[in-house]
Amino acid sequence: MKAIEQQLRQFVSENFLFGEDASRLSNQDSFLEGGIIDSTGVLELVTFVEENYPIRVEDRELTPENLDTIDNLVRFIETKLSELANQA
Amino acid sequence: MCGIAGIVNDTGSGVDTALLEQMLVEIGHRGPDGSGVYTDSHAGLGHVRLSIIDVGGGRQPMHNEDQTLWVTFNGEIFNYVELMDDLRQKGHRFGSRCDTEVILHAYEEYGEDCVRHFNGQWAFAVWDCRRKKLFASRDRMGVRPFFHARLGREFVFASEIKSLLRHPAAPRAVDRLALDQLFTLWTTIPPRTIFSGIQELPPGCSMTVHDGTTRVWRYWSADFTPPAVAPTIEESMHGLRELLVDATRLRLRSDVKVGAYLSGGLDSSVTAALIKRFTDAPLTTFSVGFEDAQFDETPYQREVAELLRTDHQSIQCTSADIGGVFPEVIRHTEKPILRTAPAPLFLLSRLVHEQGVKVVITGEGADEVLGGYDLFKEAKIRRFWAALPGSKIRPRLLKRLYPYMPNLQAQSDAYLQAFFHVRPQDRESPLFSHIPRFDLTSKLKQFLADDVRVAVGDYDARDEVQSLLPADFANWDTLCQAQYLEATHLLPGYILSSQGDRMAMAHAVEGRFPFLDHRVVEFAARMPPRHKLRGLNEKDVLKRIATDLVPESVRRRPKQPYRAPDATSFFGTADQPLRFNYVEDLLDTARLSAGGLFQPAAVERLVQKARRGRLVGTKDNMALVGILSTQLLVEQFIDSRRPTSGGSSTTRPLNVAEVGALAEV
Repeated sequence: MKAIEQQLRQFVSENFLFGEDASRLSNQDSFLEGGIIDSTGVLELVTFVEENYPIRVEDRELTPENLDTIDNLVRFIETKLSELANQA
Repeated sequence: MCGIAGIVNDTGSGVDTALLEQMLVEIGHRGPDGSGVYTDSHAGLGHVRLSIIDVGGGRQPMHNEDQTLWVTFNGEIFNYVELMDDLRQKGHRFGSRCDTEVILHAYEEYGEDCVRHFNGQWAFAVWDCRRKKLFASRDRMGVRPFFHARLGREFVFASEIKSLLRHPAAPRAVDRLALDQLFTLWTTIPPRTIFSGIQELPPGCSMTVHDGTTRVWRYWSADFTPPAVAPTIEESMHGLRELLVDATRLRLRSDVKVGAYLSGGLDSSVTAALIKRFTDAPLTTFSVGFEDAQFDETPYQREVAELLRTDHQSIQCTSADIGGVFPEVIRHTEKPILRTAPAPLFLLSRLVHEQGVKVVITGEGADEVLGGYDLFKEAKIRRFWAALPGSKIRPRLLKRLYPYMPNLQAQSDAYLQAFFHVRPQDRESPLFSHIPRFDLTSKLKQFLADDVRVAVGDYDARDEVQSLLPADFANWDTLCQAQYLEATHLLPGYILSSQGDRMAMAHAVEGRFPFLDHRVVEFAARMPPRHKLRGLNEKDVLKRIATDLVPESVRRRPKQPYRAPDATSFFGTADQPLRFNYVEDLLDTARLSAGGLFQPAAVERLVQKARRGRLVGTKDNMALVGILSTQLLVEQFIDSRRPTSGGSSTTRPLNVAEVGALAEV
């Protein structure tokens, strides 16, 4: 498992799933559809991403396409990181 | 306003007077001014009194002229003066000038239909010695509480569950389905309570106990069927104002000083202003202020108090205050709660009591009756959007709804749409308005232990709510449907009980609510919905009639819901952590395992998040308060076989005076 994926799974598990079995959450499961996050959850997620990776999430990037599954998040973070690397 | 308790014994072998007295001790806080019991071979009635009307003459239990009927009564029949006149003309003679006696004579005259003549807030039981029959009733909206249980050959009832738990045969266990209801609806669905085997008489219902058989029936229910000819806005304004004025006039009937709560919002400002029109006596007003600015409404409260020239008193409530009194609060709610909001009202009623005031008039009920809640607007926008699901503009209206919720304001359009998206299957649901709230609250069930989930099985509280809807429901306007759901469940189950009667009566304070006068309720129910919610302008008709009553700033300010700090009341913030021993004990993993209601690992994670100051979401906060309050209930009422009143500062020895003969009448 990729490091980013593992970190994200752990965060989601500890902060949103609480007692739910995290292994049952697939990387394609929608946080919205599954009722895993509420409106505060989105902000918690963004805060986590910004605190743990050297990236800033722009307003226009606050979309389910970027943030709503583990896979989407991994892709989003990797893209942002590579953009950052290219700029450097 | 008082506390009542009683026992009916099917066999006629007498009732245990000592037990009845113990039951009264449990609710001594409700009636510090006196107490009394009546017993015969088949029944015993008990009463603790808070003297408000006919202070010298209103002792209870009270009997009729020939002592064949006895009543124990908690509450007020506000139109007792008019009823007394009517009944006198029909030949009844009164020995007091007390509303309690009116119940007896009205029962003689009209039988079990007597309650239809009452304008008030009541829970009472009439014992008919000749027929060996108990008749009990609870007011239309559920202002006053009435709990009961059948324990072997005995039927027992009381104002509070803690009295019933004094009975040696009372079960002490948490009802699993009630937990499902609570963690979906914020309240249980009566007759179910959180305690197995203990029932609540639903609002608007009466019951009899006779020959070992209990019969419960509904004598009133809200009807939102519109009249054939819709009133104009002028007619709605005129009618509402007249009724509100009269509802307030009746609620000022008291032989003791009446005060008022001021929240800083429209509703309580209107009721306080109406009171001032009737009386030259100085009015004392009471408010809760918060240390935390996001909850505080002090400037508005002061503005209204200064305008009305009231003697204004307030408390300044901190997070630590809430955490400190929370165990006592739960001893009074007798039900898990998902918000700490009742706690400041517990502190406020203490202030009222210290000031020597026994009665307060408040604006409670206006939001339910006149369409004030954001939930009603949210439902309207969701419907408006569902009609054109592709619209990008329509969901933006949602942001106008919750100006006081920064987390929601920070959402992107994409997420806003995702959160409030109307699922195709929800569009025709009769619970449409409440689906987001019920769905969000249901998420708390993830913390329930596996055993509880197994016990709950396929049961879903939402299905039960749906199965109980009146036949005409589908024909009502969508706002009316939402109002019905709110007035049937959250209002009696939480607002009027956990946040209302139980917090006020903890310190012997009686609340009175002009907006919940049944004439106001019935009039508003038949009003065109646009007079209540015009566009997204809530309580439009009330704002229109309030022009000469309240300051323009209060009339025009956006509605702010009454809220209090939740998780921070128990754990503080990262900068100022708080620590309460009971919180540590009750949320301890071993304790949770032994209790068997919640998943210890899940709660542990929630607690860790709270300790880090990261518990910011609505759902997480509700979960924490819900779990903690459930654990407190279990500790105080189930684990402990001790009398629940032990150690409470409000309990003092009860001096029970017997007013009835022990011999059979």
